[in-house]
Amino acid sequence: MDRKCEQRKHIISVLVENQPGALARIIELFSSRGYNIESLNVGHTEDPSISRITMVAKGDEHTIEQIVKQLRRIIDVFKVRDLTDKKKLDRELLIVRVNVETPEKKEEVMRLVEIFGAQVVDVSKDTYTVELTGDEEQVDAFLELIKPMGIREMARTGRVAMVRALQGETFGEQKE
Amino acid sequence: MKLSGAEILLRALELEGVEKIFGYPGGAVLDIYDRLPFSPLKHYLTRHEQGAAHAADGYARATGKVGVCFATSGPGATNLVTGLATAQIDSVPVVAFTGNVPTYMIGNDAFQEVDTVGITRPITKHNFLVKDVKDLADTVKKAFHIARTGRPGVVLVDLPKDVTREITDFFEEEYKTPVQIRSYKPVLKGHPGQIKRAAKAIASAERPILYIGGGVVSSGASDLVVKMAEVANIPMAATLMGLTAVPGNHPFFLGMLGMHGTYAANMAIQESDLIVAIGARFDDRVTGKLSEFAPNAKVIHIDIDSAEIGKNRAVDIPIVGDAKLVMEELLPEVEKQVAKNREFYAVREKWILKVRSWKERYPLWYEPSDRVIKPQFVIEKIWEVTKGEAVITTDVGQHQMWVAQYYRFSFPRQLITSGGLGTMGFGVPAAIGAKVGRPDKTVFCISGDGSFQMNMQEIVTAVHYNIPIKVAIINNGFLGMVRQWQGIFYQKNYSQVHLDVQPDFVKLVEAMGGVGLRATKPAEVEAVLKEAMAIDDRPVVIDFIVDREEDVFPMVPPGGALHEMILPSYGKKKEKKAV
Ligand SMILES: Cc1ncc(C[n+]2csc(CCOP(=O)(O)OP(=O)(O)O)c2C)c(N)n1
Ligand SMILES: [Mg+2]
Repeated sequence: MDRKCEQRKHIISVLVENQPGALARIIELFSSRGYNIESLNVGHTEDPSISRITMVAKGDEHTIEQIVKQLRRIIDVFKVRDLTDKKKLDRELLIVRVNVETPEKKEEVMRLVEIFGAQVVDVSKDTYTVELTGDEEQVDAFLELIKPMGIREMARTGRVAMVRALQGETFGEQKE
Repeated sequence: MKLSGAEILLRALELEGVEKIFGYPGGAVLDIYDRLPFSPLKHYLTRHEQGAAHAADGYARATGKVGVCFATSGPGATNLVTGLATAQIDSVPVVAFTGNVPTYMIGNDAFQEVDTVGITRPITKHNFLVKDVKDLADTVKKAFHIARTGRPGVVLVDLPKDVTREITDFFEEEYKTPVQIRSYKPVLKGHPGQIKRAAKAIASAERPILYIGGGVVSSGASDLVVKMAEVANIPMAATLMGLTAVPGNHPFFLGMLGMHGTYAANMAIQESDLIVAIGARFDDRVTGKLSEFAPNAKVIHIDIDSAEIGKNRAVDIPIVGDAKLVMEELLPEVEKQVAKNREFYAVREKWILKVRSWKERYPLWYEPSDRVIKPQFVIEKIWEVTKGEAVITTDVGQHQMWVAQYYRFSFPRQLITSGGLGTMGFGVPAAIGAKVGRPDKTVFCISGDGSFQMNMQEIVTAVHYNIPIKVAIINNGFLGMVRQWQGIFYQKNYSQVHLDVQPDFVKLVEAMGGVGLRATKPAEVEAVLKEAMAIDDRPVVIDFIVDREEDVFPMVPPGGALHEMILPSYGKKKEKKAV
């Protein structure tokens, strides 16, 4: 398939003024222009007046380019970067509560927890609550394996990402 | 100096160079209106907030300065919405101030509370809710800076009532220092390498065309663009928003392109091998069927908004920057390239001849009549009587397209029309704003019988302030443009487009304190226009009773490619469909 039309997940990092209107504008951009957003994560940076938004959006090259350009137009946005093809640190936090009614299940969950470097953070008579940090594939793989136990409840943060230091400057590209 | 929020606002407006404000008072802005009489700012009380927004817009389009409007909270703010959206989509610098309930009541569904910044976020370039009087001066300053720099647009500042009442220090000297918005730094200068590439492409193309948009007018690049066309022998086509960039009688000018564009403009675009798009955005009303738009053309796209580049049409040489600043660099490069290239004119001559032959073979045309008034005839007569020098505002519909086709403009900013949003009701209030901004010019609003009824209350505003605008109602007894579509694409199933029940516009205008005139026969048109021109202390409205079922041609059917125009009948002598 033509690379230009290929639908891909992109991970876009945005630095923005920490203002309520700024986040609203970004979210409305996605609804008003009909872009799909898979996850969105907001948090402070080292400068508390600046937030970093990390979002995952699916689309072809043209759509993603449009998303990036439209984001750059927002007055409160400093920098926008598509990190998809960059060397990056890319993490997601998962909290999941699974059924462990039998000793066999308890053992199986503990085995997976150990392999994935996860942690049991809460315990009840018949459930374990597990916390895992990893990149998207790791989190997906873990969920896949734990699913047969019976998932009671789960929460994922969506991805946060940062370019690796060896790529020179930490963020790169100016707003324009 | 200790001032109240209201006083700070008014003083800041003065420091921004604002002279005129269009607005409407109410509970949430009482403190501002209380201080207004002590300010040198001149306030025009419109009869509807939509009128205030359109007037501020018309003022801005006519002068190039920032237009300013005021409204109260709730219904005042929502009444502004159409006007702000109209200005924003046409990239017009307007700053709107709305009152709101006091900060401590926000979010309580208080009396006349709406989430104004929420409602207006998608239709503004930026907006602010000021929560602390200490931030007010800085916010006003940022609002003006954002509205007038980069791609101009609308900024709304929402002012809770307590913010306008509270008192704080205001330092004028500090206000006058340059604005700093750390996240907003528009790119103004074009990339030199790209400019060189563009110049080479322009000098070596066989069949180039300039596609001129509203950005050329608003950045003041008109002269430079026309000069480039002359130096490099390039035909020019303009969008509705870009029409006034080129003198209407320029030999290289093909007129408007797009859905109701001229045959020559549309064919030249379709057959070109290089499109130089300047301050234009490849809107669907311009391109027709996008996949068949100018299939063999390379594209140079000059625009201040990088998001417009590549949005609809793939671009070969993008140049992000202000049209004027880019043209200042590009023109000398093109001159150099052209001087180097001796055979240049011979190659280009063939193309120019071809374009000219299209223009001669399929000109704009309508069937003249000495029995009924043809709408196009009225536009031609208005052009004649105003010597082509009037500032024209329009409403939306057939009459708007006839203005674009038949009034030959002679200077930039001469046409004020709602292009992107197509807002009926724009014409009269925009004319008021334009006349306030350009009192030296005749301002003529060319409206439709449908559109006029959408904001006709503003005639009272014009009477109130002795603003002598002229209004021509092209009265066809129809929502004509909708009727035309129903006629051509819906088998003449005319549904809800008859305006048979109508006020007597002459009496109505007289009742509002203006002068009402009427023409029903072609022979009366000139005389009535001259009569209107002689009145200079009140608005005049002329009701032109025109041919009811005249259609606008050429017309590219929706979804069709630009060369698939439906042409006028040319008195049945020539083929109807273009080949
Ligand atoms: C506010 C608004 N409502 C509806 C429309 C849709 N519309 C476009 S043209 C038109 C007819 C305009 O009629 P009139 O003002 O009489 O102009 P004419 O086409 O007859 O010259 C309508 C209803 C619009 N553009 N704006
Ligand atoms: Mg009509």
